[in-house]
Amino acid sequence: MPKLYEIVEKQDLVPGMALFHVYAPMAAKNMKPGQFIILRVNAKGERIPISISGWDSEKGTIRIIIMAAGRTSTEAVALKQGECFQDIVGPLGEQTHLEKVSGTAVVVGGGYGTGAVMPPARAMKAMGNRVVGIIGARSKDLVLLEAEMREVCDDVIVCTNDGSQGVEGFVTDGLKQLMEKEDVSWVLSVGPVPMMQAVANLTKPKEVKTYCSLNAIMVDGTGMCGACRVSVGGKTKFACFHGPDFDAHQVNFEELVQRQKMFLEQEKIAMEKLEEVK
Amino acid sequence: MAELTPKERMAIERHPMPEQRPEDRVKNFDEVPLGFADENAKREAARCLDCKTPQCVEGCPVRIDIPAFIKLIEKGDFDASAKKLRETNFLPAICGRVCPQDQQCELVCIIGKRGKPVAIGSLERFASDYERDNGLRKVPEVAASTGKKVAVVGSGPAGMTAAYEIRKRGHDVTVFEAFHRGGGVLVYGIPRFRLPLAVIDEDINFLEQMGVKFMYNTIVGKSMSLDDLMGPEWGFDSIFVGTGAGLPKMTGVPGENLNGVYSANEYLTRVYLMGANNFPDNVTPLYQGKKVGIIGAGNTAMDAARTAKRLGADVTVYYRRSEEEAPARTEELHHAKEEFITFKFLSNPTEFVGDDNFFIRQIKCDVMELGEADDSGRRRPQPTGESFVDDCDTAIMALGCDVNPIIPTSNPEIEVNKWGVVVANPETGATSKKGVFAGGDLITGGSTVIQAMGQAKVAAAALHEYVMSNGNAFGYWQD
Repeated sequence: MPKLYEIVEKQDLVPGMALFHVYAPMAAKNMKPGQFIILRVNAKGERIPISISGWDSEKGTIRIIIMAAGRTSTEAVALKQGECFQDIVGPLGEQTHLEKVSGTAVVVGGGYGTGAVMPPARAMKAMGNRVVGIIGARSKDLVLLEAEMREVCDDVIVCTNDGSQGVEGFVTDGLKQLMEKEDVSWVLSVGPVPMMQAVANLTKPKEVKTYCSLNAIMVDGTGMCGACRVSVGGKTKFACFHGPDFDAHQVNFEELVQRQKMFLEQEKIAMEKLEEVK
Repeated sequence: MAELTPKERMAIERHPMPEQRPEDRVKNFDEVPLGFADENAKREAARCLDCKTPQCVEGCPVRIDIPAFIKLIEKGDFDASAKKLRETNFLPAICGRVCPQDQQCELVCIIGKRGKPVAIGSLERFASDYERDNGLRKVPEVAASTGKKVAVVGSGPAGMTAAYEIRKRGHDVTVFEAFHRGGGVLVYGIPRFRLPLAVIDEDINFLEQMGVKFMYNTIVGKSMSLDDLMGPEWGFDSIFVGTGAGLPKMTGVPGENLNGVYSANEYLTRVYLMGANNFPDNVTPLYQGKKVGIIGAGNTAMDAARTAKRLGADVTVYYRRSEEEAPARTEELHHAKEEFITFKFLSNPTEFVGDDNFFIRQIKCDVMELGEADDSGRRRPQPTGESFVDDCDTAIMALGCDVNPIIPTSNPEIEVNKWGVVVANPETGATSKKGVFAGGDLITGGSTVIQAMGQAKVAAAALHEYVMSNGNAFGYWQD
């Protein structure tokens, strides 16, 4: 049997981004689409929230995708198969709002979000929905998990900024084209905040039900600290506890973008320290 | 030594526990009170009149035999004194440090009517520290195995006490904890200069030596339901829930979501659970400016204020009522004042003002005055029409917490009141769900460590009766 929080499999996806299967039986036990975990890389590490791209309750493993962006994610991506995370806690948050909808259901994944939208996509399809996946990358070589998306969804639209594959442009360009062709009635987007905001702006005039998954700054992840405060419909919500999924048309993205910058200075210092340690 | 007369005892002055000097202690996180020397403890213990009907015992939520442990200190038998304490209280080193004695045992101490009460808290701390420092602490005895399995949810003061009380009766106990370490609010919410980590960890260590199992990083209500725990897979016969009050209240004041505005829970958790005071050696960051404003005047507000001071800030406490209504222990207010913290009473924040980068820069307050008494019996603060603006680049909201909602929301059959507080029978701790008992802030909405422990003791006794009757005790749970 693997050790607790052991990486039983690691796959490098693109430079700086890796997919891990980790033995975390308590987290895997009762996971639902859209939920997340919090992990620490080592005993001195911070707690960071990570979306889930799959799980196996029998084997006790969870599947996560981590992109090296700051100190902790950089340290995480450097871990090898057979090594262990310090600890993993979950499942956290509420599951995605799943339902049988009249038109097409669309999942939009940016970067790590491509993995995160898979469980909700599977669940929406299982409910009898037509599910289209939209994924984006800068260019063809950086497109993530396309084959798996094709298995999970009825159709997949790949968007590349340089036009080297599929639709030229952003995921919003792919979504725009799809909305011209089909009756899109449900959208879930997971990825960088500006992407989720752009998706929300695109679907708002047509009043398409749109959810986004907010991966705000968190500490405990159980509602205890309130670090993850977001304004939704003019009210303060805790992303960890009330979310992570929210009605994207109600989210105050401007505030969220600002709040994500709270620890920018500290993040720089922490990265320098990591270089020093190396 | 000849037996002292009551008159002689009453003539002894209360011996203040020596403390680090304020100018020194604001530069470190070491404990502020330094502890009694043996002779001083004996002299302080001699002040106790050993009353026939001791009021102090009535004032203690866990009914410690206070005169008995104090008289053992007077005799110089410090080890026996500690053992006496442990007969009723598993956590005396913690209680001696964080209990509001001034509102409990020491409040009703008979010699406190004429002069200063016996320093019961300091003596409790002395005896338990003596026992620990001299390696005299013994693993508590555990009754023969009953074959019953009990789950304890949460490892804070309620959960630790329940685990001890249930385990010593011979039941198999597993504690489920959401964080990566045990102690709950004792770790994430109480500063190290009031309660060192070693004290908490020793108690957890003793629980482990008694055979209590701990499962960290496990969230009951998410990983598994209470029904799962009592189902065939886990096979627990009963559950004690002590998940606390951990959902911080916010003011709703404009600017509350600016960067640099924290809940006290977040601020203290970053420092004391995650070690952000040693950033970047510890990776959890803390942003703190030079002028820190604390909103509220309870114990948590004092903890945040004194922490911010130690991290180098100029600290001001804003409270909408007057000092008299401040909910903090007298000692906490006193310590905070000694540590050069400014208090602005009758000041009600109305807005946090940010800069272009979304960071807080100013705090606007209404100047208040006290009007008629409100429902809480305290005089209601009302605006005078005057206001002021202070520079402020970090604000910490210490306005109390709501109950942690994970257990109630994931178990709708557990009855809660309109504030989301779990309803539990005061005599037994029984909730509305069969086999599930509760104690601590979860059933009070926010109280003290010792109250939580008292409730956990009550619930543990009832839980014992329940499992030993094979679930037949407590008629209202009949199917």
